[in-house]
Amino acid sequence: MWDFILLVLRAAIPAGTPLLFGTLGEVTAERSGVLNLGVEGMMIVGAVTAFGVTQSTGNIWLGVAAAALVGGILALVHAFASITLRVNQVVSGLALTMLGLGLSGLVGKRYIGMPPRTRFAPLAVPGLSDLPIIGPLFFRYDPLVYLAIALVPVLWFILYKTRWGITLRSVGESPATADALGVNVFRVRYLAVFFGGLMAGVGGAYLSVVYTTAWIEGMTAGAGWIVIALTIFAMWDPVRALLGAYLFGGVRVLQYRLQPLGISPNLLNMLPFIFTILVLLVSAGEAMRKRIGAPEALMQPYMREER
Amino acid sequence: MKGWLSLRLEKRLAVPRWLEYLTLALSLLLALAVIAVLFRALGVNPIVAYQRIFRGAFGSLYGLSETIVKAIPLMLVGVGLTIAFRARVYNIGAEGQLLVGAICATGLALACPNWPAWLLLPGMFVVGFVGGALWAMIPALLKARFRVDEVLSSLMMVYIASELVNYLVYGPWKGAKEMGFPYTDKFSPSAQLPRLLPTRIHYPTLILAVVSAVLAYLLIQRTKWGFEIRVTGENPEAARYAGMNYFTTVLLVMLLSGGLAGLAGVGEVAGIHYRLRYPQGVSPGYGFTAIIVAWLARLNPLAVILTALLLGGLLVGGDAIQVALGLPVATMYIFNGVILLFVLGGEVFTRYQIRLEWRRKT
Amino acid sequence: MSDQTGSDVAVAMHGIVKRFPGVLANDHVSFEARFGEVHALLGENGAGKTTLMNILYGIYRPDEGEIYIKGRRVTIRSPRDAIRLGIGMVHQQYRLVSTHTVVENVILGLPGNFFFPDRAARRKLEEFSEKYGLHVDPEARIWQLSSGEQQRVEIIKALYRGAEILILDEPTSMLTPGEIDELLGVIRRMAAEGHTVIFITHKLDEVFDISDRVTVLRQGKVVATLETARTDKPSLARLMVGREVLFRLEKRPASVGQTVLRVEGLHALNDRGLPAVRNVSFAIAAGEILGIAGVAGNGQRELVEALVGLRPSTQGRVFIKEQEVTHQPPRTLIERGVCYIPGERLIGLVPSLSVAENLILRNYCQAPFTQGAFLNYGAINEYADHLVAQYSVATPSLKTPVKLLSGGNIQRVILARETCRAPTLLVAAHPTSGLDVGATEYIRQLLLAQRDQGTAVLLVSEDLEEVLQLSDRIAVMFEGQIMGILPADQADLETIGLMMAGAKKMSVPEVV
Repeated sequence: MWDFILLVLRAAIPAGTPLLFGTLGEVTAERSGVLNLGVEGMMIVGAVTAFGVTQSTGNIWLGVAAAALVGGILALVHAFASITLRVNQVVSGLALTMLGLGLSGLVGKRYIGMPPRTRFAPLAVPGLSDLPIIGPLFFRYDPLVYLAIALVPVLWFILYKTRWGITLRSVGESPATADALGVNVFRVRYLAVFFGGLMAGVGGAYLSVVYTTAWIEGMTAGAGWIVIALTIFAMWDPVRALLGAYLFGGVRVLQYRLQPLGISPNLLNMLPFIFTILVLLVSAGEAMRKRIGAPEALMQPYMREER
Repeated sequence: MKGWLSLRLEKRLAVPRWLEYLTLALSLLLALAVIAVLFRALGVNPIVAYQRIFRGAFGSLYGLSETIVKAIPLMLVGVGLTIAFRARVYNIGAEGQLLVGAICATGLALACPNWPAWLLLPGMFVVGFVGGALWAMIPALLKARFRVDEVLSSLMMVYIASELVNYLVYGPWKGAKEMGFPYTDKFSPSAQLPRLLPTRIHYPTLILAVVSAVLAYLLIQRTKWGFEIRVTGENPEAARYAGMNYFTTVLLVMLLSGGLAGLAGVGEVAGIHYRLRYPQGVSPGYGFTAIIVAWLARLNPLAVILTALLLGGLLVGGDAIQVALGLPVATMYIFNGVILLFVLGGEVFTRYQIRLEWRRKT
Repeated sequence: MSDQTGSDVAVAMHGIVKRFPGVLANDHVSFEARFGEVHALLGENGAGKTTLMNILYGIYRPDEGEIYIKGRRVTIRSPRDAIRLGIGMVHQQYRLVSTHTVVENVILGLPGNFFFPDRAARRKLEEFSEKYGLHVDPEARIWQLSSGEQQRVEIIKALYRGAEILILDEPTSMLTPGEIDELLGVIRRMAAEGHTVIFITHKLDEVFDISDRVTVLRQGKVVATLETARTDKPSLARLMVGREVLFRLEKRPASVGQTVLRVEGLHALNDRGLPAVRNVSFAIAAGEILGIAGVAGNGQRELVEALVGLRPSTQGRVFIKEQEVTHQPPRTLIERGVCYIPGERLIGLVPSLSVAENLILRNYCQAPFTQGAFLNYGAINEYADHLVAQYSVATPSLKTPVKLLSGGNIQRVILARETCRAPTLLVAAHPTSGLDVGATEYIRQLLLAQRDQGTAVLLVSEDLEEVLQLSDRIAVMFEGQIMGILPADQADLETIGLMMAGAKKMSVPEVV
């Protein structure tokens, strides 16, 4: 039993890592007031880009960087549409997802079935990785797992303890107030959405060059939508995003382990989404919204009042 | 010369009709041009690809019939979405409502295989409508009663529905004769919709779709409920002032859009597959594609008939280039995405006057 | 030019003119405030007080005129320019991020330490707390704070940005009496430290409580600048409202019928959940106009919304023709013949729907417009055609979206819809605001015609002249209460002015 739990925990962390990257990005974007439903599209384009670049250069890091960049560029499409042109954020995000799915399919055709040229060696943290139980559980992963974990406190710190964070949150809560105090609302939102794209790209890269080490069409399989759910589930907070991502990742892993025990994996898979709806419900009340709810200006394009 | 180029939008009051159509046409053309450039860059000859797509979708009787087959669910869902979007209720969970419609119809078909077709098929449509509507009621009630944002909640409901289908086809409803595929058993003949042979057009659903488009048009333009929907969507405060009930309007539009999506699900299982399959096997994202259908139709239910055929054609065209040029089916999503982005962008030109200004640094 | 301004003058504005479409908001206004003084800016709504101060704070650019700060001529293009010149402004609606902490709000938008930017600010906050009595917990979130505490945050924000000249726009309007005392204390200490405080208000008591000097504005012009100690309430009230009434409407004596609307001890909350209507009782009979005078924001809006069913009342009862209608939805009230001309035109219309559809907006579900489930466009168009002609609405066609009509014609659409059916009770809120003379005249005649045909009319207006001309009786609202109800022929401006400014209350007679 103990071994089983350990096994699941150990598998949950890599499974949750792409979700964590995506969620950290989406948390940032939504904190600035922009909902980007294009995560699935940005992730899958990131996945195919990372795989392609890694195959041609033999360097995974280059692949990951390229994926981030491409994810960011796609996000800028959404930023232009929703921030500058003020089109409906929901529909624009959906369009981005479709565009991403299409592009990845077209680009990725040549990579289907290709064996990976290289893969990450697990990065065993010297000294710690040999500890019993804790060693294998915490200290024997690929570098991107650590990167994701490291980003959590960094993002948390930026969000709550720096000037940038105050600016970012104020833009998502009350853009008119921020604008009146000289904050460039548009620039902040563009940057936040761009960062969201970078992170989604890396998340996608993780799937193709680390987790699966292959390109499979449609391989994100809804991970981007889980990111959307996770962002709500985490109540727009990076630390809760970490817990949520590993929890959701754990659920994905667990489904294969519990099936023999007669527990339906599909019913298990519903849980994250049901939780998310519950979070939406609980945080809908005015008092709760102020504490844990969505940013006040989420989904609202900003327009300075003309005099 | 220090400064920057700034783009300013100013609200337009009157939008001439011709300008709306012109921008729509230009947006479509521009989208096609951009896709052509994308194709070129990725090593596909765009002219050949466009030819194949057009020929595949509209160039033969078979292609045309398949276009109609794919347009049927898009039409049903799209019509429902125009109703919801008119009230500014953003139901983006139609995919889930479609799946639940399919589940309910399948449930009836499997439970009562010996009912005569004249009873069973209408019964399936009824339970499908009810199922889809009930599924939509959850986000509707959450919105109307607790002010939960319907975009996110209805989206979450899609994935719950999808897992529900998986659960059923891998679990309790898994067919005995399906050799391990995630399918239910095949429906009895009385649960199979008639087709316009030799095509796969299940014409009862097609008729239902066209009729629902006309009815939705009448509903919106000619009835008091439609009046309430339009007023609520345009100006919720005025709706309150006019004594309209927000709660019932939200419930009504979600009920109708969910129900129509449910009918689309029934059409797929009873008209095409004759069984419930894994979710992507029932619907390759019709519920999401229908959002484009509704938007392209400018939320006019009658125009949905045309835009559904257009998007249906794109899906079939996708199959054609898959065969002819060896491109993945997903390629067609590029069309969906780019067209939608350009149409959205084009709308901005009709709603606002766009000014480019050179601003000096002060 | 600096010889115009003495060394103790902090702000000098000369010949300021500001025009808005159709309105001359500031008409050659000159204004001076000295260092270390509290200067009250007194006037009714629309007198141009806030416009003048928005010009000083860089929100508006003046069309004409000059501004001097500390004797130096300046051009103020934006609030940021104003802040740089040491000017701070606290608006009536606070501009705070409600989920942020106090200290985060204070430093938002300022340069400074990247990490832990709040640490330096916190020291400053303690200093302000000691020096001026601006006590507030720096870690508290804005939404947890009372209105008075939020205002303190706004003042701290201005001081933190180095404001020496502080403008407070109606600062007591959202405060409890206790909080008002605290605020006045803070203002005194700031003035003692050499700051200039400009205090916009319409309340006479406050002028005498706090100010050293007072400038009275009326209809965009400066009427007087006085040492507060050398004047008294009645003369200020006269200066504030005392214009000659320019023309009298021909008005038949009212033939008053039975009581139509009776309100007993009504209470209602505003959007922020604070009491806005407090124990209001009155009655209106058929064939008379009851005017409600008062400065905006004293509960008129909430009272009207509660009466037409758009806002729940928390206490009290409402009767129409002696039948209780408390807590009834708008639909029921519409059916009882309650018509409502809303203060904001956009509430009463759907801009992109046609003229015809807007004309049936409130009775669309009655016959003959609806038959069964269907709208009968034949009947609707016939009805609309008739109304367009009767009320001379200038529109290209019945199908034209109302948003394409001019302001006056848009108002005619609403008037036509709300008055054509001989309503039992007509509630008109600011019916002529923003309209030109011709349209205003038309609407006033229409309201009188309604009265003469036996409708009970409740008129709410910030335009005192309008209330005086049209009403048969006048009620004055102040801070959610009715200060008194006077018959129009006994109403003198001084009494009304004093009541509007909260300085005088009379016993309200219970019955009509």
